[in-house]
Amino acid sequence: MFGEPIARLEDDRLLRGHGAYTDDLGHDALAAAFVRSPHAHARIIDIDVSGALDVDGLVAVYTYEDLPGRVAEPLPLLIPHPALTHPRTGFPLAADEVNYVGEPVVMVIAADRYLAEDAAEAIVVDYEPLPAVVGVDAARDGEHLVHADVPGNVAAELMQSNGDAVAAIATAPHVLELDLTIERSASSPLEGRGVLARWDTESKRLRVWSSTQTSTGVRAAVAAKLDLALADVDVITPDVGGGFGVKIVHPWPEEVLVPWAARQLRRPVKFTEDRIEHFMSSAHERGQQHRVRVGFDDDGRVLGLDVKFWHDNGAYIPYGLIVPIITSTQLLGPYKPGAYRVEFTSLYTNTVIVTPYRGAGRPQGAFVMERTMDAIAAALHLDRTLVRARNFITPDEMPYDHGLIFQDGRPLVYDSGDYPASLAKIKALIGWDSFPAVQAQAREQGRNLGIGLACYVEGTGVGPYEGAHVVVETSGKVKVATGLTSQGQGHQTVFAQIVADELGVPIGDVEVTTGDTRAFGYAVGTFASRAAVMSGSAIALAARSARAKAIKVAAAALEASADDMEIVGGVVRVKGDPASAIALGTVAVLSNPLRYAFDEAAKAATQFAGGDIDKPPVAEGEAPGLEGREFFSPIRSTFASGMHAVIVETDPRTAEIKILRYCVVHDCGTLINPRIVEGQIHGGVAQGVGGALYERMAYDETGQLQNASFMDFLMPYVSEVPDGIDIDHLETPSPLNPLGIKGAGEAGVIPSAAVFASAIEDAEGFPITAMPISPSELFELRQRHSG
Amino acid sequence: MAEAGLIDKLFDVRLVVNGIVHTVTVPARRLLSDCLRHDLRLTGTHVGCEHGVCGACTVLVDGVATRSCLMLTVSADNAEITTVEGLAEADGSLSPVQQAFADCHGLQCGFCTPGFLTAITAALADNPEPSHDEAREIIGGNLCRCTGYQNIVKAVLRASELKRQRTS
Amino acid sequence: MKPSSFGYSRPESVAEAVQVLASIGPDGKVLAGGQSLVPLLNMRLAAPSHLVDINRLSELAFISVADGQVTIGATARHADVLRDPIAATAQPLLRKALSLVAHPVIRNRGTTVGSIVHADPSGEMTAVLALLGGSVRMVGANGQRCVPANEFFLGPLESDVRPDELATEASFPVLPPSAGCAFVEVSRRHGDYAICGVAALVELDEDGIVTRARAAYLSVSGTPLVLDLTAACGDVGGDLVEADFADAGRLAMSQVRPADDIHATASYRRHLVGVLTERALHEAHQQARGRAHG
Repeated sequence: MFGEPIARLEDDRLLRGHGAYTDDLGHDALAAAFVRSPHAHARIIDIDVSGALDVDGLVAVYTYEDLPGRVAEPLPLLIPHPALTHPRTGFPLAADEVNYVGEPVVMVIAADRYLAEDAAEAIVVDYEPLPAVVGVDAARDGEHLVHADVPGNVAAELMQSNGDAVAAIATAPHVLELDLTIERSASSPLEGRGVLARWDTESKRLRVWSSTQTSTGVRAAVAAKLDLALADVDVITPDVGGGFGVKIVHPWPEEVLVPWAARQLRRPVKFTEDRIEHFMSSAHERGQQHRVRVGFDDDGRVLGLDVKFWHDNGAYIPYGLIVPIITSTQLLGPYKPGAYRVEFTSLYTNTVIVTPYRGAGRPQGAFVMERTMDAIAAALHLDRTLVRARNFITPDEMPYDHGLIFQDGRPLVYDSGDYPASLAKIKALIGWDSFPAVQAQAREQGRNLGIGLACYVEGTGVGPYEGAHVVVETSGKVKVATGLTSQGQGHQTVFAQIVADELGVPIGDVEVTTGDTRAFGYAVGTFASRAAVMSGSAIALAARSARAKAIKVAAAALEASADDMEIVGGVVRVKGDPASAIALGTVAVLSNPLRYAFDEAAKAATQFAGGDIDKPPVAEGEAPGLEGREFFSPIRSTFASGMHAVIVETDPRTAEIKILRYCVVHDCGTLINPRIVEGQIHGGVAQGVGGALYERMAYDETGQLQNASFMDFLMPYVSEVPDGIDIDHLETPSPLNPLGIKGAGEAGVIPSAAVFASAIEDAEGFPITAMPISPSELFELRQRHSG
Repeated sequence: MAEAGLIDKLFDVRLVVNGIVHTVTVPARRLLSDCLRHDLRLTGTHVGCEHGVCGACTVLVDGVATRSCLMLTVSADNAEITTVEGLAEADGSLSPVQQAFADCHGLQCGFCTPGFLTAITAALADNPEPSHDEAREIIGGNLCRCTGYQNIVKAVLRASELKRQRTS
Repeated sequence: MKPSSFGYSRPESVAEAVQVLASIGPDGKVLAGGQSLVPLLNMRLAAPSHLVDINRLSELAFISVADGQVTIGATARHADVLRDPIAATAQPLLRKALSLVAHPVIRNRGTTVGSIVHADPSGEMTAVLALLGGSVRMVGANGQRCVPANEFFLGPLESDVRPDELATEASFPVLPPSAGCAFVEVSRRHGDYAICGVAALVELDEDGIVTRARAAYLSVSGTPLVLDLTAACGDVGGDLVEADFADAGRLAMSQVRPADDIHATASYRRHLVGVLTERALHEAHQQARGRAHG
């Protein structure tokens, strides 16, 4: 099963419309809606809720004044860092100031969402608008402040270095400077956020369903805010309609307020975000400005790389510095510059918060590094792939220590990868060497064609840990639980594939549960392309543990040696002697010595049914039952990599940009299910195309988001993505986990801005230094460069 | 602007959904998407935007693919509606379109999927043998954030093939 | 995003519809396809006091060709018009424009008359009505009137239909025998509103000289802009290429005053006006030559 492109186990249910997403649940719940700030920056003078009180079906209205104790405290700073000297997080409901359009100010609870919105509309909030700080330039110049007590709008400054880049550049034969910009985009899953809470007044326990990427995270946060023991809070992640990073943030204001309201009102309460709310009050990412100085030799080898960048973190910084730290470290890609210095300033602006979106800072880093490589090649009149190849870390140099600290707080050490082999594959796939002739011929026909290539390395499988519980039931069914969550990656299938192989059972007998704290309470979450590595490994270990026990129990029952046993098709048997066999379900019965017989199966295990009377029924150090429970905690992240290449055509007159071919070479170590990995690549490439050519958050200077809808935020339809993607794989197994896996979830999107900038520049003949790019922007660039 | 305190007048609406007759009593402003999901508990139809762009809410109204988030329940009085829950064959097996999605890995999170299934079902009824480009046009108005569309295009062509096989 | 409350009527006849419209006051609105209106209701950008649902007025679900006009009733869907072979033959511009309107599922429900009444300056059908010199018939308590396109569009999203009137049909002159038409547009994504769009009509005399060249423009002004480009098309007959319409393109560019927005700059839009005018006139010219030679 491992390595097989089998069809997905979750599909039947979903195809029949029997999915259970958060809004599908809780039909008896009250509905929450919010009054949200229409201003990017303002003081709250007064809130008049009297108009809402007339709305039929209103149940409650809450402002900050109504919030008690911990609920009224600022939302947590999830990931502190010593460099984050001025952390600021928001309140669940704004206290006396609002800092972005969309910030929640009043919560309304009513019989249904229609009535809740009626009530919200009738509430009048009196604001005193303050100057809004929008964009890196305004934040950096510091004339106005987002937070009065944060000088210069600086949340943090962090520098990392390896060697003396400044000195290396000073003595380098060639030096280039580049200014590069990437604009904001957002995860934008088709299902927005949602949370449903039920308070059980008798058992005094809270049950929460949330469309989240971390049920244990939500549980910990909610328990803390509501002063409940962890054991009294269940958090269940139901079916989730996409996450792409935005749903790792926790707790959202709504995730605190809705459970609190459910307990206050002793009624179930549900919040289902609508699309406009998702644009204006969830999270964005990608906005950065970079200044690069690079020194290189005549061969294009980078002697020193000095990068300074400014990161727009939005109004608050609950997720800390993860995104810019990832940019800082992953910018290096597959290369080994002689010396490297990277420094960033993270700035507050009066806009939506910035937290990871698929790629999580890597796309910006890849854009900067790859544009730099292209610029070096252009300066030296060398082939762009040749310059890259000269800078690659080679396989024999692995493991390669960059001398920096990665997002997990551990050394940035690449464990494995074969970049020269990947390069050879991508060049062959796209036809790199024969393209100049193709391009020349096209030009004669009046057509502009261009080719681009971009490389990336992705640290995946970040810790600290994940765990798994594998239980063989007396029926023979195998129940598997792991604590992290699923948003469409096919976990039910790939994890079952692992168990089917490790335990030797038919895949149809394996059922996987993810993201339910009732089933497994220790977990971190799904992000950073870590689920297959972390939970996959833990599940393999737990299955192996269960397998070892099954063999031990069966061997004892069959009076055979454990070394002679195997498990095939759910039956434990002596190799070469099929008659000497016990079904796994029966082994489960035998592993749990009983006093009482509940059914035929249990009868076989009762105290009079047999067993060695000179030994205790449950041996010392053992536990009853046929289970395995294991954790996987790696020493560091493991590094996947890949390369993309694209051929574009730009219309000489309209400047429209068309994708002619798109190729991907991808190394994510061993593949559990190649079809699912390919699906992840397809999806990532589509988001990458969106981010390179269509999507951006269009804020005006007052902090109003001008495209807070699908009409104007241009997510690609099928017509915008390439018609076919050629994919080739490389497998350099990871030495850092038992299965050799590296993550695959983000790969498709990381090099997109870089690869399209490279191709468009090749077609047009002038530098592309800002992404995304639209036909209008390309037209304006043409005007600028033609004069 | 409607006044606060105004209680919505209710209308009796008869809907035939997946062959079953329902009568609901709803305000005029109740969207068909919300009626299907919350009044009839047919939660297979999903809501992604409520401005008609994403297509996740697509159902068949009298056989015609329609955005249920842009239709008032009252407007659908006496209509025959097919949702994703009504696409399976009479014997419970997956329809050709549904089976094609399973065969081609055409879904990941599954949220946009019902809207694609209904739109494709209606389109193949009109044009059972679409070309590759026609397949792209058929799915051209639905958004998917997970799959990148490659396998959905394949699923349209596979569905056409399965339909042909099943009718022969 | 849920609409605020509104009253609701679903008349069974035009007469009844007119009666209801007269009784509900100025804040009422007609609901036809709803593909433009309901998003506004959902976002609470519009909050009419009362909706008059005309979808049961089957008497208005017609598409007819008579007396040199293609007439489309108020409840005919875009998809119906797109499919109608007689309308397509009589006035090919309808099908060319409609195939660019949004996506098939939106066209299944949206009505052509509805989109014209909605008067969106980025709407394809408003440009078509303006270019062809069509008209809209309205019925009110005081009788009916017919308003020509050049008096119908008052401003962005504002048409001449009064609150107590129901637009019952729109008429489009058929394409003359020695004329051709074209519709070209550039949009960000397939099916999006056009960044710039041009509908063109070219008529030839028996010597193949252009006797009339008109173009209507999307997304460059608050109401559909129609330009007479005949003078710039020269007096050369025969097979012309795009570049032969460059003068017409430049003339059009000098007449438009587009705006910047988040999707495109004004200067890019103006540039597209030139390029797309050439392309549209050329395509229309090709069709005219084809039709003139039988």
